[in-house]
Amino acid sequence: MSTAFAVENRVWDPAETMPRTELRALQLRRLKSCVERAAHVPFYRDAFKKAGVSPDQIRSLADLKRLPFTTKSDLREHYPLGFLAVPRAEVARYHGSSGTTGKPTFVAYTAEDLRTWADICARFLTAGGLRPHHTVQISFGYGLFTGGFGLHYGVERVGAAILPAASGNTARQITLLRDLEADALVCTPSYALTIADAIEEMGDDPASLPLQFGHFGGEMWTEEMRREAERRLGILAFNNYGLSEVIGPGVSGECAARDGMHVQEDHFIIECLDPETLEPVDDYAYGELVITALTKQAMPIIRYRTRDIASLDTCACPCGRTTVRMSRVVGRSDDMLIIRGVNVFPSQIEEALLQVDGTAPHYLIEIDRPGRLDELTVKVEVSSDSFSDSMSRMQALIDRIDRRIQEVTGVRARVELVPPRALDRFTGKAARVHDRRRLP
Amino acid sequence: MKIQQVSVFLENKSGRLSEPCRALADAGINILTLALADTQQFGILRLIVRDWKRATEVLEQAGCVVNVTEVIATEVPDRPGGLADLLNVFENAEINIEYMYAFTYRSDDKAVMIFRFEDTDAAISAMQKADVSVVNSVELYSRAGD
Repeated sequence: MSTAFAVENRVWDPAETMPRTELRALQLRRLKSCVERAAHVPFYRDAFKKAGVSPDQIRSLADLKRLPFTTKSDLREHYPLGFLAVPRAEVARYHGSSGTTGKPTFVAYTAEDLRTWADICARFLTAGGLRPHHTVQISFGYGLFTGGFGLHYGVERVGAAILPAASGNTARQITLLRDLEADALVCTPSYALTIADAIEEMGDDPASLPLQFGHFGGEMWTEEMRREAERRLGILAFNNYGLSEVIGPGVSGECAARDGMHVQEDHFIIECLDPETLEPVDDYAYGELVITALTKQAMPIIRYRTRDIASLDTCACPCGRTTVRMSRVVGRSDDMLIIRGVNVFPSQIEEALLQVDGTAPHYLIEIDRPGRLDELTVKVEVSSDSFSDSMSRMQALIDRIDRRIQEVTGVRARVELVPPRALDRFTGKAARVHDRRRLP
Repeated sequence: MKIQQVSVFLENKSGRLSEPCRALADAGINILTLALADTQQFGILRLIVRDWKRATEVLEQAGCVVNVTEVIATEVPDRPGGLADLLNVFENAEINIEYMYAFTYRSDDKAVMIFRFEDTDAAISAMQKADVSVVNSVELYSRAGD
C-alpha cells in the first residue's frame, strides 16, 4: 500500500524512529530518574508514601501504574511553586495557565527543559512540512501562555524566519501575512477561521494569501474545521497538542500522513484511561489522556490527568516513526455534560451541526433547569447558505438540526437560530457552553 | 414580470427590526411594502424595494443575512370573493403558494397582492391562461410612486 503524504516526509530527530524495544528501555531509564527527581518534591514524597511505592521499586514500565496521579487541583493547592524540584537559581523560565476556574498555576523550566521544548516543537513542525527557508507568522499570545514561546523556539530551532505577530489586531495580522509573504501560520484553529472571515469581510479571497501551511493547536477542533480552514485559506493544516502542565505545545503533532499525532515518547509516557475506573482502555477507544513528563527537570510531573479525551493508536505509521499516535482531542472529561442523565460532550453537538448542510461550526450550548428537568438549548448561527425567505424551509432546517443532535447525543435540544457573528469567537480556548443550572 | 423580494433574518428580540430599516433609511432606500413572518424565536422580514441590488448590499454591509427571491405581484378585484376567485386559479392548477401579502398600494377597485410560489414559472403560466393580470416591476414601482 502506498501512502500519499501531504508534504515531504522528513524526520527531525532519530529518537522519533527508534526501534520500540530501545525506546522502551530508554523510557524505563528515564522514568526511574524522573521518579528520583520527583521524590525531592514534598507532594510526591507524601504521595509515594501513601501509594506504598519508592523510587527503587520502579523496575519495569508496568510499575508506572503503581505511581500516584497528579491533578490540576494538586497543582493549585501547591501554588505557586510547590512542585519545583530544583533550586530557584536553576529556573530559566516561568509560564502559567490562565486559571479560568480560580487560581492560575505556574510551571517552571530549566535551561535544559527549554532546549527539550524547542526540540520537540521542531520535530512536529518538521513533520508538518516546515523547512528552514520558510517564513512563519506566530499569532499566539507571547506571555505566560505557553503557545507563543513554545512555537517560537521550535520554529527558531528548525531555522525558519519568524514573524512574531502575537495575538489580536486581526487587520494587522492580515497585512503582515500578505506583505511579508508568510508561508505558515501558527495559531488556534478558530483564530485561523477568524482571519479568513475578516479577509472576506474586506471583500478579498482568503486563499489569495501566500500561505501554504497552518500549524494549529491550543484548543479542541474538528476535521470539518480543518477542511474549512484548508479550503478557505488554501493551505494544508496540521494539528499539534500539548499542555503547559507537562511542557506546553510539542507533546505530540501530526506527520505527513496526517493520521493521528505522534507522541514524543522519549520525553513522555502517555496512557489512555477510563476516567471513571482509571483502567487502561483499548487501542482506538476514547479515554482520558494521562501523561508523565520523563525528562522535565524543573518540575517533574507524574501521571498528570489531562482531562482531555482522545484515543491512542499503536500501529506502525507509514512515515516511519515508531511512536504511538493520539487522535485529536474530542472532549474534556470535565466538560462532559450530564443532561437528563445522559453523558454529552460539546464536541458531539459540533459534529451534529457539521453534518447538517448550511450550518457553520459556530454554536453555543446553554443548559438550564427551569423546573426538575434539564433543558438543552443549542444556538446556531444562520449563514447566507442556510437562510431562506420561506418559514417552512427554515423550520425544516431547525428540525434537521434537532434530529441530528438527538441522533448523535441521544438528547433532545431546543435549536435556536441566531444572526452570524452573534456568538463570540475566542482567540484562546473556545468557551461554547453556558451551564446555568443551579444544582442543589 | 417577476419581482425581486429581499428577505432578512431577524432575531426575535426588541430592536432587531429597526436595524435593517435604519440601514435602508440611511442609504435613502424607500420600502414599498413589507411583510413580517415570525415564530417565537426568529423572524423573516420580506421587503419590496425598487433597487433590490443596492438594498441587498446595504443590508449585508449592516451585518444582516439576506436572501433574494422571485415573487409575483397581481391585481385582485377589491370586492368580496376577489381573492377567493384568484386562489381558485392556483388550486385548479395545483400550484402551491408559499405565502402572500398585500401591497400597500391600491387604486380604483383593485388591490395588489404579492405571491411567493413554490414554482414561479408554473404560476405565471396558470395566471396567463386564466387571464389574471400580473403587474410587472416597472409598473408596480411607478404606481407605488417611487
